[in-house]
Amino acid sequence: MRENGKARTINFHVTRYNPESDRAPYVKTYQVPVCEGMTVLDGLHNIKENLDPSLAWRYSCRMGVCGSCGMLLNGRPALACNTQILHIAETDLTVAPLPNFEIIRDLAPDLFSMFEKHRSIDPYIVRADQAEIEDPEGEFYQTPEQLEAYLQFTYCIKCGCCMAACPTLATDARYLGPMPLAAAQRYNADTRDDGRRGRNRLTGSSHGAFRCHYAGECSRVCPKGVDPAKAIQHLKRRLVLDYLHLARRKPPCEKMTGPGRGERLANIAPAPARTV
Amino acid sequence: MRETKYWTWHMAAGVAIFFLLGLHMLIMHMGGITHLFAAHGGAAVSKENSLFRDSALFFTITYVLLLGLALYHGLYGLRTIVFELTLKPAAEKAVSLVLLVAGLGLFGLGAWAAIAAHAIAQAGARG
Amino acid sequence: MAELKRYDNRLGLWGWLGGGRWGVERYAYILHRLTGLGILCYFLLHIVVTSLRATGRYLWVEGQFFHRPIFKFGEFLVFAAFAYHALNGVRLVLVELGFAVGKPIEPVYPYRTSLNVQRPLLISMMVLALIFLAAGGYEFLGLAR
Repeated sequence: MRENGKARTINFHVTRYNPESDRAPYVKTYQVPVCEGMTVLDGLHNIKENLDPSLAWRYSCRMGVCGSCGMLLNGRPALACNTQILHIAETDLTVAPLPNFEIIRDLAPDLFSMFEKHRSIDPYIVRADQAEIEDPEGEFYQTPEQLEAYLQFTYCIKCGCCMAACPTLATDARYLGPMPLAAAQRYNADTRDDGRRGRNRLTGSSHGAFRCHYAGECSRVCPKGVDPAKAIQHLKRRLVLDYLHLARRKPPCEKMTGPGRGERLANIAPAPARTV
Repeated sequence: MRETKYWTWHMAAGVAIFFLLGLHMLIMHMGGITHLFAAHGGAAVSKENSLFRDSALFFTITYVLLLGLALYHGLYGLRTIVFELTLKPAAEKAVSLVLLVAGLGLFGLGAWAAIAAHAIAQAGARG
Repeated sequence: MAELKRYDNRLGLWGWLGGGRWGVERYAYILHRLTGLGILCYFLLHIVVTSLRATGRYLWVEGQFFHRPIFKFGEFLVFAAFAYHALNGVRLVLVELGFAVGKPIEPVYPYRTSLNVQRPLLISMMVLALIFLAAGGYEFLGLAR
């Protein structure tokens, strides 16, 4: 649709699967009137409201932040909410659930396997001085350069697009996958963290980082520009350096070493009481 | 960290093979252009040229080196591909064991042949 | 919560090959895998055949099979596979050890990823592979004597 505001009909070929009645997924086609500016998510809403109320998918924020609406659009993993229909479809659009996950129903994949793997790599700051983490008395100083070493990998929204695009995950159910490995590198590269050697046990295992062969699909489809492939290669480099004992042993940064010395200012209100 | 060890040496072996097999390919398949180590002229694979190379200790050593490195690199690569098919842990162990035994067997055969051929070629060269 | 029936949507081996909407690195990956397997098959036979020279049998000189055009062509395929596998392998060593993927950057749309950083390396390696392929083809066609 190149003319302003004029509607055009696009054939949505949507994968349907109802676990209570279907043995396998099948494709159902819907004719959806589309005008410029409509996202795939808008198209799905149109189907649900006007054509088939039984269609199921997952979404929340509608603006590329929550990572709920990852789908296979014309054979490519993407977020339904930040993909414009007319940018990728002339007359036909296939909408399928993200592959390499189990399907719960229609377009809703079960991301649980990804979250389990993510949890297994300790995706948080690990330090020996646990008391400082639990009840901080100062701040950890980090230079902008030290922040840049991991900032890119913090933008991950856990949508699962990279896991769906990864060729290794297509056959290897136990491979950690791009998202958890990028998360491991995000914390390994953080100067406040001291958990790298612990994570190495998993990221350097036989279903860890070395099952990545740089097909690059994860980075190509990532809707947030996180570049998991880059993170994994840096992770591998560090694993090899650790194995060869060539990595510089640096203790995690200490509190109160930067400008301002991390002293708590007198006029800052105390933190609210814990709720959990 | 065991996989890190295997993979690091897989990479290192790959780099060494790049040079050793590169030389082998230059001799064998680009001999018409490079004329490397074909003392008797003609095809690099002729019996005379084979015997000439076998008589040189440099070739015997690089053959055995290349054999070992290439077997390790190739069989680890195969193991990688097989492991990506989601085997049960017991099957993974079995695959590793079979590849290890096959690799050692072929290395034994090839190394024995390279050394024996060196002895034969040297004896032949001495007349 | 009642146990739900799930449909396993793992792509299987088809997922290695991709569906045609993929980038050049995906094809490089699958070709690296295929050429590796091909070279390994040839190499295992090569060890056995050449080991027989220790018993005085030079099969590749004597045997009829090794002089057939189909075998010559097969040998050229092995040479081509090696040229590709070796040069793409150089790229992979540099990439997988984090040398050719660049440092983490602030992601600003349109995103530039590590794929863009290593692409010139990929292209130069493929050009080199083509040059070797041409030189090898010149030899195999019997033009060099």
